Amino acid sequence: MEEFFTMLVLMLDATLRVATPLILAALAGLFAERSGVVDIALEGKLLGAAFAAATVAAVSNSAWLGLGAGIGFSVALAMVHGYACITHKGDQVVSGMAINILVAGLGPTLALAWFHQGGQTPRVEGSGRFHPWNWPFAETLEDVPVIGALYSEIISGHNMFVYLALIAVPITAWVVYKTRFGLRLRAVGESPEAVDTAGISVSAMRFQALIVTGVLCGMGGTYLSIAQNAGFLRNMSAGQGFIALAALIFGKWRPWPTMFACFLFAFTDAVQTRLQGVDIPGIGIIPVQFIQALPFALTVILLAGFVGKAVAPRASGLPYIKER
Amino acid sequence: MSVIAPPTQAPRWVTHVLVPVSNLIVAFFIAGIIIAVIGEDPFEAMRLLVVGAFGAPDLIGFTLYYTTNFIFTGLAVSIAFHCGLFNIGGEGQAYIGGLGVGLVGLALGGWPAPIVIIVAIMASMLFGAAWAFIPGYLQAKRGSHVVITTIMFNFLASALMTYLLVEVLIESGQQAPQSRELAENAWLPFMHDIFGALGMEIGQSSLNLSFVIALIAAFLVWVFMWHTRWGYEIRTVGANQAAAIYAGISPSRNIVLAMLISGGLAGMVGINEIAGVHHKLILDFPAGFGFVGIAVALMGRNHPLGIFFASLLFGMLYQGGSELSFDIPTITRDMVVVIQGLVILFSGAMEHVFRPHIVRAYLRLSGGRSAAAPAE
Repeated sequence: MEEFFTMLVLMLDATLRVATPLILAALAGLFAERSGVVDIALEGKLLGAAFAAATVAAVSNSAWLGLGAGIGFSVALAMVHGYACITHKGDQVVSGMAINILVAGLGPTLALAWFHQGGQTPRVEGSGRFHPWNWPFAETLEDVPVIGALYSEIISGHNMFVYLALIAVPITAWVVYKTRFGLRLRAVGESPEAVDTAGISVSAMRFQALIVTGVLCGMGGTYLSIAQNAGFLRNMSAGQGFIALAALIFGKWRPWPTMFACFLFAFTDAVQTRLQGVDIPGIGIIPVQFIQALPFALTVILLAGFVGKAVAPRASGLPYIKER
Repeated sequence: MSVIAPPTQAPRWVTHVLVPVSNLIVAFFIAGIIIAVIGEDPFEAMRLLVVGAFGAPDLIGFTLYYTTNFIFTGLAVSIAFHCGLFNIGGEGQAYIGGLGVGLVGLALGGWPAPIVIIVAIMASMLFGAAWAFIPGYLQAKRGSHVVITTIMFNFLASALMTYLLVEVLIESGQQAPQSRELAENAWLPFMHDIFGALGMEIGQSSLNLSFVIALIAAFLVWVFMWHTRWGYEIRTVGANQAAAIYAGISPSRNIVLAMLISGGLAGMVGINEIAGVHHKLILDFPAGFGFVGIAVALMGRNHPLGIFFASLLFGMLYQGGSELSFDIPTITRDMVVVIQGLVILFSGAMEHVFRPHIVRAYLRLSGGRSAAAPAE
């Protein structure tokens, strides 16, 4: 029992750490898609921010400057997307794909030219990284049964971004459902004509949403390279932007359900790491790849409408053309 | 707003040649800036790239070998585009298509070579089409967005193939996740062997018979899309679903059909890679070729001839790019990926940015000779 409890605590701890970039990226996608802009470039923005943050942190040895660079680059990518898709009514999926591919090549190219380490940045240590926060009495309480483990392993001992991601969920829910900005955001994604008729600029609303998207992805990417890891690696986002997209669809474009979807996908990841090669009585060894594929398979099943129905914001993916 | 005549009145060479070439030039210009930023000479890089792609017969062979893959994936993306669908799943469909080729090559060891090869080609199309069928069907019948489902199917293909190669098809007693070598009668002949048999010397390269198959596929796609009822129906659905329904054309039937053909074409990458070059199933052999197809289709304006030239350009970039990295170590294949992203950005997402300016400039320059001049 004791052993099981320890395992559970460790798995929940891992779940939180894996879920953090997923939550940040999924909420980023929520703002974009709720405003009517499809964003399959969450992956590219995570990777781009990871690269920019690690590069600046490696050079300046300041994690905060790294965070600034990560957010800055991610927002810049979001603005390219906006310029192509909102200003010039280009295809949103094509633009997103372009950004994903562009960043996948650009990061390693620049890293190789600047650091000569085969397309990655040097290790970032010390003040260049975001370190875990140890909460008061975490060490003292460590040995207290149940509560001690819960407190010191799960609540305490994470870096800033883990808490930021968790706080971002209620904030997003509040912004989207309780503020004027949120009302307009949802309206512009469902019925841009109505927003336009009310004298509000559809383009301006969508650009604002994309800035929020950029900031959130920037934080997620920064987490990857200088909080969770110690430097930028080629393709380090490894599909997490797409898993976030899946979580967003799974959560039906709502903040809380999206967060739970992120936790579900992160938990399957933690389970997979735990169960590698473990023989489960009656089931046998579950192949790792099967669990890795689970988020994608679940999303397809959900999209197929066999389990509930995922309905995207009505105007998402469509450029808004003002009538003359 | 529009004082000048609408863009449609410019001749086709302006909209179909001048505009794409201009977009390409912008993409290359920005790539040049990036090369300059990392401290290298863009013109020297360009020269080395062209020499690396066309400087010797064997280099041309490798360029055409890459071109082969891009013709298949470019055609795949274009067929879906004609039906109004964006098939991002070429990567996964190519992977599964290769599985089909590999299984045929592993199973039909004793059969005569021509039959094995024909069966392998059919298997590549069948497996690729099957992998595209589910997203196509879900789009047609359940309205699940094909972009998202094909993205998910790329990951599913990757997981499936890793599982199969690590657990099932792995050569017994080996550590590396790859299958045993295919029976030799499933190998496609190399071009240098074919020409050698005819008494002609060409450089040794990976170029194999798949190149000819790709050209035939491009021709057949042209015939199918513009000279058959089925192609007409697919294009009608892509242009205007409401009009298609009014004309008695079923959108859902054509969406499934377009995705099947698209997946089948992407699957044919497996012929070039597995039966043509590697001769065994390996991990990650599509190596991003499916995504290059997007750039190729956009640049080639979804026309087989345009796709051929765009594929040749990307073949040049891939082959020249790997030669280039020998001379300038800081410029690797990643730089080619950057160019690919820029091409998709400027030929695809930002195609509307320069187009009106170019057309307007043309109309102004051509003056009274143009049909676009308003009636006086």
